[in-house]
Amino acid sequence: MMQFMLLFSRQGKLRLQKWYVAQPDKARKKITRDLVTTILARKPKMCSFLEWRDLKIVYKRYASLYFCCAIEQQDNELLCLEIIHRYVELLDKYFGSVCELDIIFNFEKAYFILDELLIGGEVQETSKKNVLKAIAAQDLLQEDETPQGFFEDHGLG
Amino acid sequence: MEVANTIKQVINDAVERVKMPAPLRLRDLIRMIRAARTAAEEREVVNKECANIRNTFRDEDSVWRCRSVAKLLYIHMLGYPAHFGQLECLKLIASPRFTDKRIGYLGAMLLLDERQDTHLLITNVLKNDLNSNAQFVVGLALCTLGTIASVEMSRDLAPEIEKLLKSSNAYLRKKAALCAFRIVRKVPELMEMFLPACRTLIAEKNHAVLITAVTLVTEMCEKSPDTYNYFKKMIPTLVRTMKTLILSGYSPEHDVSGVSDPFLQVKLLRLLRVLGRGDQEAAEAMNDLLAQVATNTETSKNVGNAILYETVHAIMDVQSESGLRVLAVNILGRFLLNSDKNIRYVALTTLQKTVTLDQNAVQRHRSTVLDCLKDPDVSIRRRAMELSFQLVVESNLESMTRELLAFLSRSEPEVKSVCASNLVSIAERYAPSPSWHFHTLYEILQAAGNYVRDDVVSSTLQLVSDSPAIQAEAVSLLWEAVKNLKNLEDYQPLVQVCCWCIGEYGDSLLSIPDVPMDEVLESFQQILWSPHVSIITRQYSIMALEKLSARVPDTTNRIRSIVDAFGSHLNVDLQQRAIEFGALCRSFDHLRGPILEKMPPMPVDKDSKRGTSNGAGDTNSNDVDLLIEDGISTSRDRDPTSSDSNVLLNIIDGLDGDNDLGMSSSSAVYDSSDFSFAMGFKNPQPPITTSSNIFGGVGGNDLLDLLGGSFGDELSTPAPEPLSLTSVGPNITSMPLFPNFTHSVAINGGTEISGQSQQHELIPGQYFPSSFFSMNKPEQQSSLWLGAEHDGIMSEYGKAILAYSDEHIWIIFVPLLAYSSQTTIVMQVRAGGRSSQSQVNDLIFQAAVPKSLQLTLDPPSGTSIVQGTVITQRVTIGNPSKATLKMKLKISYSVSGRSQEKIQEIHDFPADFGMS
Repeated sequence: MMQFMLLFSRQGKLRLQKWYVAQPDKARKKITRDLVTTILARKPKMCSFLEWRDLKIVYKRYASLYFCCAIEQQDNELLCLEIIHRYVELLDKYFGSVCELDIIFNFEKAYFILDELLIGGEVQETSKKNVLKAIAAQDLLQEDETPQGFFEDHGLG
Repeated sequence: MEVANTIKQVINDAVERVKMPAPLRLRDLIRMIRAARTAAEEREVVNKECANIRNTFRDEDSVWRCRSVAKLLYIHMLGYPAHFGQLECLKLIASPRFTDKRIGYLGAMLLLDERQDTHLLITNVLKNDLNSNAQFVVGLALCTLGTIASVEMSRDLAPEIEKLLKSSNAYLRKKAALCAFRIVRKVPELMEMFLPACRTLIAEKNHAVLITAVTLVTEMCEKSPDTYNYFKKMIPTLVRTMKTLILSGYSPEHDVSGVSDPFLQVKLLRLLRVLGRGDQEAAEAMNDLLAQVATNTETSKNVGNAILYETVHAIMDVQSESGLRVLAVNILGRFLLNSDKNIRYVALTTLQKTVTLDQNAVQRHRSTVLDCLKDPDVSIRRRAMELSFQLVVESNLESMTRELLAFLSRSEPEVKSVCASNLVSIAERYAPSPSWHFHTLYEILQAAGNYVRDDVVSSTLQLVSDSPAIQAEAVSLLWEAVKNLKNLEDYQPLVQVCCWCIGEYGDSLLSIPDVPMDEVLESFQQILWSPHVSIITRQYSIMALEKLSARVPDTTNRIRSIVDAFGSHLNVDLQQRAIEFGALCRSFDHLRGPILEKMPPMPVDKDSKRGTSNGAGDTNSNDVDLLIEDGISTSRDRDPTSSDSNVLLNIIDGLDGDNDLGMSSSSAVYDSSDFSFAMGFKNPQPPITTSSNIFGGVGGNDLLDLLGGSFGDELSTPAPEPLSLTSVGPNITSMPLFPNFTHSVAINGGTEISGQSQQHELIPGQYFPSSFFSMNKPEQQSSLWLGAEHDGIMSEYGKAILAYSDEHIWIIFVPLLAYSSQTTIVMQVRAGGRSSQSQVNDLIFQAAVPKSLQLTLDPPSGTSIVQGTVITQRVTIGNPSKATLKMKLKISYSVSGRSQEKIQEIHDFPADFGMS
């Protein structure tokens, strides 16, 4: 089971955090800081895996963003790379060649997509099409109830 | 009606907007925060906005709540506190609008953690939404529950989940299955509720439902043996599902670079692995499938390898047939050659786990593993190194050691010390001969430079010391190495070993034709004066020089001039060593030889396995450390980096001054039980009972006390010669060269010696003070304090006097205060030899006193003085009239066959002799 997923930039700024195991805010911050510094210090030639506490850290860099997951000992780190890749593909499809800015400005959408891919740290849907369909349907619901036109200021903006 | 409502709301909203300007939009806030140039600026923007957000929260039915929470979530991600948004999230979830719910649930997942008391509230809203008719509302609730479910929530909401597992909607079934997974993880006993539903779910065609169901069942099987047994029956079904999956044609929806739904395949393999664990029948049922997956999976991409990797794990965990196991190890072997570093890495980690199961299969890939030692990726190199060490066996020792030594010399600092230590322990375990062992250690020292741990130095010394056959070779090899070293300071452990060996066995250098002693001394001088060499290394080289002066006679003057230069060195320890050596050369040159004799061999403790002995060595060396600080009351300015080897050195230094003792000293550093043992004398003599009594009395486990006591007692025995120590200066309290003199003896102003914390027996007759030979100068004799120990009860020993002394023996009187009174003086007569070489026999001590006194002599403890032993004899003098004490002594003994007879009169007893 994946225990958490972090997205952060090359500058070490956190862009997304998903915790599947309850942690107090303080612990989360410390873990994040630790991992961000460790991973950013690694050279590009190094492999994508780290042993960290009793967990396996799997990370991969896509353009300026690092995707970093913590999985448990019996989990498959090669498959975890595939999960990361699947998430990136979904973001790419949704935003249309995604970039870091898309994720910064639409962070809630990035969360929604992740929540359609994983639940409780496990894969819930192996079909990209189904994930995107679910997201599109919910976006539509949101759009429908947001007054358009002159009064469009109602949404998140 | 609908229209009217909409119009009404629009108007209301418009009124609201007029009343209060719309708050900042989410994207505008993000833009503003990103525009901040400094952290302070950012904080200002955030604080201002947080204040606004709090304002909107205060408004009970604000239309802006959703936007505010969204902004708060962004602020939270930047690391600012956002706990005040928790309740607002719950309010949003309770709202009928989907946008509100979506943001509310998102906030709940981010801001709430298990400990929050808000959980009761969220349980209620979740329950509501789980029963909703709108698919996506239920979906949101399930997702949230799957992410943050606590034990209480799990208990409260499990029935809802169970219901949803049977939903006709696949979208809800898959989410419910993962919620159930979470619940089972939290509260395993709730699993039974989900069992019936799982049976149908596991046979699903829908990939999403199937993968979530497999995940759930895997978790349940791992948690409960009953469930495990139940689902074992499902193995054929699962195998069939897996086969269909592999064989099914291309399905674009689930295809990942030519592999059919790798996520599902991996999950199925994982469940099979759990179900087949330790069960022959189960293993047979899946052998075929595993073989098929192992051979037919496309390996050009990561996905294929992910499946193969999982297959390998399954084969290893399940009791697969041996052919299959070899296949699995071969897959890993192929992985090692893969161009993808991640695949090489997992191969190495998996092989590490496999090597204990099937050493032979892994051995076949040894050369590939060794190639990985040259990998550009440091983590892979490290893994390969660890695996390589696991692969070392006797038959491949030579080649593996060669490869690993080569690796050691090119590896990066942080790997070097681990690698060196592992090599040392391998050499220790498998060395075919001491010579091979030494050469390997030597190469480790050369390859790892300063990165070897200190225990490597001491174990090398021990090896050389224990193997006379290699000593000459070792000296010349080390000398060659150090002579050619460009930067000594980078190879200090090697230099230390070299110094020690030359010091001990330097005479063998003479037999080599082209080693001019001048050159050796030059090198030592260079070591001593190079700026970056540590104090420890300098200590080694000073000691070595001193010892060399005893090995190679005509070097003494040159060595003296080198060492004398350290008489004013800033480091107290070096200074002391130098001054003591000076004193030794000047005043006691005839003793220099015996004092600087070779150390007795330090037997290598074969039983102490590297791993454990390291730990034990550490703790003990601490104790020894303490001993040196406390027991010997040293004021040495110890190098903070002083380490095991330094401690060892100190002890060796101390001990090799007294090689007569024949102690195996260094093994003591490793094992405390050895320690007391090693402290025994070679030639037990009466006084030895004393020290063993001390062991018994103090308790062998109290190493510190034990040593504190035994050190002084034992080392004091071979008292060679009264020494003038006053030249050292009034405040020097420790003399590392002769710790036997200094154990708990402080010299103040050269006139007073007081013992500090010695271990004594309460029976004074057996007591044997450590420091009596410090009485040296005639003018001090009357005022010497001996053995004035403080055991807290009484002071047993009064001022002692030197009664007699010639070129062969000395005799002192030590009053026993505990037995003395106003009219009776009880004293102990102690006789010792001047030289540890010659033996004194037939010693007879006779005494006479004036008629007014009565004299009783108890039988002496012996008549011979051998190897520094001491004869004691109790003498009681009755003095009822309190007359002035006078005594006439007649001493007869024989030395090397010639008998001697001496008469001595003592008139100058101190007035208070024998008084407390």
